[in-house]
Amino acid sequence: MFERLIAGAGGASDGNVWMPPQSSTAAPAVDRLFYFIFWISAFFFALIVILAIVFVIRYRKRAGRVAPVEVPTHNTPLEIAWTVIPLLIVFVIFYLGFKIFLDVVTPPKNAYEVQVTAQRWKWMFTYPNGHVDENLHVPLDTPVLLVMTSEDVIHSFFVPDFRLKRDIVPGRYNKTWFRATQEGAHDLMCAEYCGTSHSTMLAQVVVHPPGGFEKWLAEASNFLAKLPPAEAGAQVFRTRGCAQCHSLDGKANVGPTMQAVFGSSVSTRDGKRLVADENYIRESIIDPQARIVAGFDPVMPTYKGRLKDEEITVLIAYIKTLSN
Amino acid sequence: MSDAAVGSGGAVLGTPPAGGNYLSHGHGLASWLFTLDHKRIGVLYLISILISFFLGGVFAMLIRTELLTPGRTLMGPDTYNRMFTLHGAIMIFLFIIPGVPGALGNFILPIMLGAKDVAFPKLNLASWWLYVIGSLFAILSMVLGGADTGWTFYTPYSVDSTSSVTALTFGAFILGFSSIFTGLNFIVTIHKLRPKGMTWFKMPLFLWSLYATAIIQILATPVLGITLLLLIVERAFGVGIFDPALGGDPVLFQHFFWFYSHPAVYIMILPAMGIMSELISTFSHRTIFGYRFIAYSSIAIAVISFLVWGHHMFVSGQSNLANMVFSFLTFLVAIPSAIKVFNWLATMYKGSITLETPMIYALMFLALFGIGGLTGLFLGALATDVHLSDTYFIVAHFHYTMMGGVVIAFLGGLHYWWPKMFGRMYSERWGQIAAWLLFVGFNLTFISQFLMGSKGMPRRYYTYLERFQPYHEASTIGGYIMAVAFIIMAVYLVDSLRRGRPAPANPWGSATLEWVCASPPPHDNFATTPQFTDPYDMRGLELDPKTGGYVRRAEA
Repeated sequence: MFERLIAGAGGASDGNVWMPPQSSTAAPAVDRLFYFIFWISAFFFALIVILAIVFVIRYRKRAGRVAPVEVPTHNTPLEIAWTVIPLLIVFVIFYLGFKIFLDVVTPPKNAYEVQVTAQRWKWMFTYPNGHVDENLHVPLDTPVLLVMTSEDVIHSFFVPDFRLKRDIVPGRYNKTWFRATQEGAHDLMCAEYCGTSHSTMLAQVVVHPPGGFEKWLAEASNFLAKLPPAEAGAQVFRTRGCAQCHSLDGKANVGPTMQAVFGSSVSTRDGKRLVADENYIRESIIDPQARIVAGFDPVMPTYKGRLKDEEITVLIAYIKTLSN
Repeated sequence: MSDAAVGSGGAVLGTPPAGGNYLSHGHGLASWLFTLDHKRIGVLYLISILISFFLGGVFAMLIRTELLTPGRTLMGPDTYNRMFTLHGAIMIFLFIIPGVPGALGNFILPIMLGAKDVAFPKLNLASWWLYVIGSLFAILSMVLGGADTGWTFYTPYSVDSTSSVTALTFGAFILGFSSIFTGLNFIVTIHKLRPKGMTWFKMPLFLWSLYATAIIQILATPVLGITLLLLIVERAFGVGIFDPALGGDPVLFQHFFWFYSHPAVYIMILPAMGIMSELISTFSHRTIFGYRFIAYSSIAIAVISFLVWGHHMFVSGQSNLANMVFSFLTFLVAIPSAIKVFNWLATMYKGSITLETPMIYALMFLALFGIGGLTGLFLGALATDVHLSDTYFIVAHFHYTMMGGVVIAFLGGLHYWWPKMFGRMYSERWGQIAAWLLFVGFNLTFISQFLMGSKGMPRRYYTYLERFQPYHEASTIGGYIMAVAFIIMAVYLVDSLRRGRPAPANPWGSATLEWVCASPPPHDNFATTPQFTDPYDMRGLELDPKTGGYVRRAEA
């Protein structure tokens, strides 16, 4: 236990009492600072508590003890000392904190870039080849630059194993970067409160061994060709944010449920009736405001240009299966 | 005037004045609700903030119970989100901010000055009424279903939210005026109503701290008022200020909000530090050590606290330069607090220490606020803050300063001035039991939160990963222990009003002027302006076994 408590100096890749496993190049430096401050704090805390206890025991009022009549009321050199010494200590902490921070936030030039889109309550990671995934896959020991934005409220990208956190603010791009040092899956959480499902807005950062990432990306990007249309459509539905507003269980959400919607007769806001066939679903994806189902607000963004034709086709194939 | 220090206002030490006291002066509800007596207003504030504290505490217990298990324990996520919003908003705006100045400050400040009242008694009453009206809006917000934004009301979430954000923020807006009125009153009172001989550097340190607090209340609170008003305007009329969908800037809201809300934590802690100075010197039965450093450090905190708000936004995307400046200034504000702690310790040196309940709270403050302050170093440092921001580490740090600091000092002050306020002594034995129980429960609750926070447990989570459950269980058990301690406290304090031993004028051996006044004080406090004496000169104060109070031995 004690060894794990002081294991800030390194060799702590499986975590210790205070910190989770170290899995990025930033983690050891941050942890060293953490434990540096920790031991300074422990020293001053012990000093305060021990002095208080000693004084209470030594100077408590008791029979036979005559308290001194004249007591020191001030001692300027002493008071200046306990002003200046803490000041110097916090300057050191400030300097180390800023220096390590600069190292941690400044991305190297040749970093691999991934676009991050956060929306309630979902992560979308877009790779340079256009592939979109719900988890963040990265190669080991390679700098990865994240260019992040939000579709709605403020979120925050937080990977404890990487000691990394950055808010994701709508209407602007916030950047961060990391270089992973441990293979495997690491928890990714939303750290800025964003509503109902804030605590389940989780994903994984999957760190691939050398060569593994390229292989994964090639296979994952090829899902349209590899998977049967309905399964590929289910993946598009999941990863592209459809599920955030359209339920599969018959309950109305921000948008109508997709359960049994295909082939059903729906009434629109302007009082007309129509049958939800392939063309209506396609139109609702590309031009959502054209004919809105009664009882819902015109809030869906257009997916024109954001989804490929093949993706829309498999989506329709998937939605058809929900009517069986 | 030569005998004025030995009891004025018709009060011979330890015997009630012939003309009754402020409690018996005037009867009926109206004589309380429309009183201009600072003491009665103090009591009204005390009752109001304790009701708020109870309400906020109930929400805290519901939160902790929900978090016993991941997933649903008691309630769904939307209810949970309202619970932590209400817990935060009530504890901050309705309890801690008005707590020490409104309840203890109103009662004690004029008597400490040897005055009959504050400078503007009607403004004082208006301040309490604004508090009540602001509270009604908070209650209205609850009746309408409660807000779900967190007490920080971050945009654009709070702009979009369909919950009752407007009622709650409008309540906070009104409460801001209540706070401003109190601050204004205290500043004028301290400037104009000090007795002859009480120069600035001979004032009791509690007054210095209330003065520093009042400066922040007056200068910072208007910014919060405007900010919340802008938020309401944006919600009501769709004027784009903070919501990027309307052309606004959400981070601007954070700047505005913390420009008030960081100084606000010093509105909360400064009066608590003032109480500490009184408690430590009284129960060490010796003069305060380093008076000037303590007084100047209060002012230093008030000034620097305005310049550190950006440390709440280290991961928001603000520039590295801004981060550097705010980190640097944040470390500066740590120093005055450290100075105070060292001076309090030095005050115990060569004292004659007694360990009555208020002193137990003062000693606990040293330990708990010590942890709260020192863990601030992890958060002021940029590299570690990136990891710890928005985790339970923040929650624990905040509670160590605000509860381990402010609430513990408030309880110390309440137990210290209780005999003065109500003329009754409470059970010392139960006082000690409740204090230690609170100490154990508090540490169990929040040390668990430090541990899970640094391991990566984010705050405001309804459910969590399995590996965090042991920490949450320990934290919840600690919360229940605190609840038991508070129930014990409520029982013996209420019981003291009926059955407590009558309090002597000066039960602890303090040298400030309020202890020259009878317990409870007469309506007018003092018949004539009392003669000023050194507030920390305890020499010559001796325990009179007949009354159980201290009397000043006549100088030979």
